[in-house]
Amino acid sequence: MLRIVKKAEMTKTKQIGIRILAVILALLTAALLIFAMDLNPLAVYGGMLKGAFGSAYRIREVVIEATSLTIASLGIAIAFRMQFWNIGGEGQILMGAFAATYFALHFPDLPAFFLLSTMIIAAMIGGGLWAMIPAFFKAQWKTNETIITLMMNYIALKWVMYLQFGPWKDPTALGFPKIPNFTANAILPKVFGVHIGWIFALILVFLVAVFLNHSKKGYEIAVLGESEQTALYAGINVKRTIITAVFWSGALCGLVGMIQASALNNTLSIEVSEGIGFTAIITTWLAALKPVVILLVSVLFAALVQGASYIQTAFGIPQAAAELLQGMILFFVLGSEFFIRYRFVLDRAPLGGLEEEMNK
Amino acid sequence: MTTTMAIVFFLQAALVSGTPLLFATLGEIITERAGNLNLGVEGMMLMGAVSGFAVSLFTQNAWYALFAAMLAGAAGALIYAVLTVSLRANQVVTGLTLTIFGTGLSGFLGQRMMGEVVPEAVKLVFKPVSLPVLGDIPYLGPIFFQQDPLVYLGYVTAIVAGLYLYRTRLGLNLRAVGENAAAADAASINVSLYKYVHILLGGALCGLGGAYLSLVYIPAWQENVTAGRGWIAVALVIFATWNPYRALVGSYLFGGLDIIGFRIQGTGFPVSQYMIDMLPYLVTILILVVVSFRKSKENAPPKGLGIPYFREER
Repeated sequence: MLRIVKKAEMTKTKQIGIRILAVILALLTAALLIFAMDLNPLAVYGGMLKGAFGSAYRIREVVIEATSLTIASLGIAIAFRMQFWNIGGEGQILMGAFAATYFALHFPDLPAFFLLSTMIIAAMIGGGLWAMIPAFFKAQWKTNETIITLMMNYIALKWVMYLQFGPWKDPTALGFPKIPNFTANAILPKVFGVHIGWIFALILVFLVAVFLNHSKKGYEIAVLGESEQTALYAGINVKRTIITAVFWSGALCGLVGMIQASALNNTLSIEVSEGIGFTAIITTWLAALKPVVILLVSVLFAALVQGASYIQTAFGIPQAAAELLQGMILFFVLGSEFFIRYRFVLDRAPLGGLEEEMNK
Repeated sequence: MTTTMAIVFFLQAALVSGTPLLFATLGEIITERAGNLNLGVEGMMLMGAVSGFAVSLFTQNAWYALFAAMLAGAAGALIYAVLTVSLRANQVVTGLTLTIFGTGLSGFLGQRMMGEVVPEAVKLVFKPVSLPVLGDIPYLGPIFFQQDPLVYLGYVTAIVAGLYLYRTRLGLNLRAVGENAAAADAASINVSLYKYVHILLGGALCGLGGAYLSLVYIPAWQENVTAGRGWIAVALVIFATWNPYRALVGSYLFGGLDIIGFRIQGTGFPVSQYMIDMLPYLVTILILVVVSFRKSKENAPPKGLGIPYFREER
């Protein structure tokens, strides 16, 4: 009979090896799908690589995409460490963008440095407060946060729609429902051809790593994630920890909203979030919630998204292929975790378990 | 048109709009009763929506289309079941991934069908039918018994699910698995088999709910046709306190909320349509909060919900 036995702790290298193997298996499975579409998988994957890294322009696009994805993933990681399933990244991004846009539209003539700083702080507070609503319910009554964070995505979306079609509609756009473009002061400057957000991302990787791994709050978050009982026993203020952690989770997503609105869209629209809040869930999980790995995975996923948009034009493969591939990769990695934790044992005799014990 | 007639028409439409929610909610109730929280409802609905629609285009046959949709939903659920039941993966993350995967798949397959409409032969099958006698009851007749066949199927499914859960041996076993898998196992109930069967059944119902949207409700292909209804279904399970009969009430209530913005738009009501569109989501949050702060034993979720069961770690 086949039995499942828990493994001894695996070495880090082996664990990483298994995850990489899982990603490769996912890519192979996707290759079959591409093959079934009468396309050459090698050519398509080659096209994706070219689309991601084929020119200086494309590499810059990958860096831009990776910047937002990294920051959002860091935010999601803070919440996930606590087993708070924040799937409201999209809404927090939108509300961050909304708060930043408020200042961009109302104080367009402030000096760039002050205006941008204000927009950043506003965005972080906006995203953070938006995330704090479900955190408050969770802390107070243990209300399921998964669904509430998600519902709030839709509310944020409708809110931005309301602004876009109503009070903030650009009167000079000839009836086209758009919010006015930002002035130059409200647009993030570029460093080496890419908006300065990439530097924020690198700094934040470091800060969040220190926060999660070496600060008291970070430790409390991890304990609470393991077990609320332990946290209570250790004298941790559970309610405050939940609310603080989720505030920062939302604040980082809010910052992404500011970056997206200011540097990329130059305005607020329902498109600013681009699904980053959802992709960040995948990258965060793939990176096992580790900030430095998040950076790495985000760059790879940014390349995947850019590559997918390239093959759309080159091979006529729908853009949704990127989402499909992301889902498949995560499925395989989720499945692979089993082989990190367990192994199969074939029992020959009914007392096989005993034999197993004796062989130890 | 009198006000009474307007209300009757509104309620009639609320039932139609609530039917996809009903199928998905029932599916998720069955899944969660087996102790598994599957957050992939939205994904499975989209997989059902796109498969059902594609098959309706190719075969012009309504029943094949519905069958394909249920199969697609079950296929999505199968991925989830293999990962969470056999490979013991995290249920929340696996469900979320299923939603992302299903969304991707429907976008991928659906792109070529953008703007296509459901064939006439299929539409004909889903035409409202007035039931004899019942359909003639004043007010109630038009609301409940002059509907399309799938609305009736919704009533039947809810009642069958309720009878199954509360009145059959299998249903009792299922509830045991969801409440306390170890005890069920000790009573020689095959826990994994029960989980697999009901997760797949749940997925099939979600697929059917999705197909209702693309085949009957819209009835044309549009991207992301579910627009968050899968998530509302997950919340409705809590609202219905895992009870199929209450799922009927909840689904139709939300069906009404879903269309009220659109209905109110023409009446000169002084609130932005976008604000009213927030209602279903706001009410969902409100319900979850209210349910959570008046926790009672009777309305509690299955005790084993979300907790993976491994015999070896008992």
